[in-house]
Amino acid sequence: MAFSPRTWILLALLLLLAAVPPVADYFGQPFYLDLLRRVMIFAIAAVSLNLILGYGGMVSFGHAAYLGIGAYAVGILAHYGINNGWLQWSLAIVASALVAAAIGSISARTSGIYFIMITLAFTQMLYYLGISLEEYGGDDGMQLKVRSQFSGLIDLNDASAFYYLVLAILAAFLYLSRRLVNSRFGLVLQAARSNEARTRAIGFSPYPYRLAAFIISGAMCGVAGALLVNHTAYLTPEFMNWTRSGELMFMVILGGIATTSGPLLGAAALLLLEDVLQGWSVLPKWLHEHWQLYLGVILVLVVLFARRGLASLLPGNEHHD
Amino acid sequence: MNLVLIAEQTLNGLQLGVMLFLLAAGLTLVFGIMNLVNLAHGALYMVGAYLTTYFHQTTGSFALAVLLGLAGTLLVGIVTELVALRTLYERDHLDQVLATFGLILFFNELVAILWGRAAIYSTIPDYLSGHVQITAQLRYPLYRLVIIGIGLAVAVLLWWVVSRTRLGMLIRAGASNRAMVSALGINIRLLYTIVFGFGAALAGLAGLLSGPIYAVQPGMGELILIQVFVVIVIGGIGSIRGAFAGALIVGMVDTLGRAFLKPTLATVLSPTAADAAGPAMASMLIYLLMAVVLAFRPEGLFPSRS
Repeated sequence: MAFSPRTWILLALLLLLAAVPPVADYFGQPFYLDLLRRVMIFAIAAVSLNLILGYGGMVSFGHAAYLGIGAYAVGILAHYGINNGWLQWSLAIVASALVAAAIGSISARTSGIYFIMITLAFTQMLYYLGISLEEYGGDDGMQLKVRSQFSGLIDLNDASAFYYLVLAILAAFLYLSRRLVNSRFGLVLQAARSNEARTRAIGFSPYPYRLAAFIISGAMCGVAGALLVNHTAYLTPEFMNWTRSGELMFMVILGGIATTSGPLLGAAALLLLEDVLQGWSVLPKWLHEHWQLYLGVILVLVVLFARRGLASLLPGNEHHD
Repeated sequence: MNLVLIAEQTLNGLQLGVMLFLLAAGLTLVFGIMNLVNLAHGALYMVGAYLTTYFHQTTGSFALAVLLGLAGTLLVGIVTELVALRTLYERDHLDQVLATFGLILFFNELVAILWGRAAIYSTIPDYLSGHVQITAQLRYPLYRLVIIGIGLAVAVLLWWVVSRTRLGMLIRAGASNRAMVSALGINIRLLYTIVFGFGAALAGLAGLLSGPIYAVQPGMGELILIQVFVVIVIGGIGSIRGAFAGALIVGMVDTLGRAFLKPTLATVLSPTAADAAGPAMASMLIYLLMAVVLAFRPEGLFPSRS
């Protein structure tokens, strides 16, 4: 197999991530393990969003919904004492796919601004639903007392085992999304993004392809939600907050829309930037106290002037650019 | 459920409806004419509320504060348009959404720096407080009646401006063919700035009116903005008529749903089930309504003709 330079860089990045646990352990810095695990979980969500946003041209402003559904699926089963991870995660995937099917079947019929507003509005609806579920903590959310258990196969309480599980899922999803994008299905999806009229003219109806991509993307993001609730051991309706959806979109754009490595780069850049802005004690107090102000300005500047994202700095071209 | 309660809640629904209309009108104009998705519209609503509350506290005069607040929001809107949004007109919706999302973070944090993160207290002047005796049983707050009156007056004024004046003619022409308008010698950039400032002032008006009723705090704009999106989607994007109808429908459905859904459910289900399901369903009602409207009329109830 001949890999492009970009694929080599992505593989090197993943290897580098794999080397983190022993190094962090050696220097006695478990904090970085935690931070990077969070980065990778959000990268998984961003990979799923990139599938519809980047390749499908569907500007979903409600992707945090599936993060929430995945998390609530795990949390609600755990609430009733069912800690079996296989069951919890299957429910997370199935529930996210079903919700995505419901939202997608309405929103994929529209495009442009309607699509943006509808996905946003439905996510907001789920957010309010989460708040009104008093049984599951309402506004405050609830604790996940026991992490998902996989019949002794892998122990999520072991920080580095959990880390490697997240890394493996990330790598699998990167591979999966790449295969999907370059398949016949993915080519139709991209054709419909570039020119809907021509796609129809050669005999493809975009709707079923878009809907299928929307459902696959939702299910993938549901997995990220299941991982996230295990990571924080806590869940609140804030998982589905609309600003979360905006952050996911920003990760995709920052990293490089419709590129394989973009979501990972974008998630890493945004979360590390947030971490530096709010936590780095070297910086003066006024700087990390109001980090969102600077983040907002950076966001506007990136959109105005750095449209192609971090992945454009890598050598070679994504062949479908 | 008695008649007085229903009448009172209907007035509340009307009041929320005109508030939503003030926001939706500006947003839908900006979208219809400049093709710009402006998430930061809610931030202008917040700016209006903060400026007016601030000027009211410092000058002591509500009328003066309203004038200064409106002028201030207009100014903030125009500066935002000149500095950031102007370059976005030619970009796709994704860029517009992200850049205006960045502006929201910026404005929310700026307000938090200036006035703190906690809600600030906004008062009604004496001559607007108190209640009006509408019927023998129904007493309704004067201030809310004033809001309803102002909202309806703005709706009439907007209709007059858009359909009867030269500016309105240019606005309608700009919405249907901007290249043609500019070829006929109209300064389209200036027109855009005027329309944006106009929309910003309407958002500021909604914000300053809502100050004494809802909490004035950072992020207040986004809560209502998403409802405004529902209004616009239901009414039809780019249509002022649609924004008016959509706003009243959403205001009524939301208010009446919150007030009466639980007691109505309790007559069908057990009281505990109604307790659990009522609030959840009431908060989801307008989104379900939107889904139903879209299933039958994907372009909204009153699609704009352009």
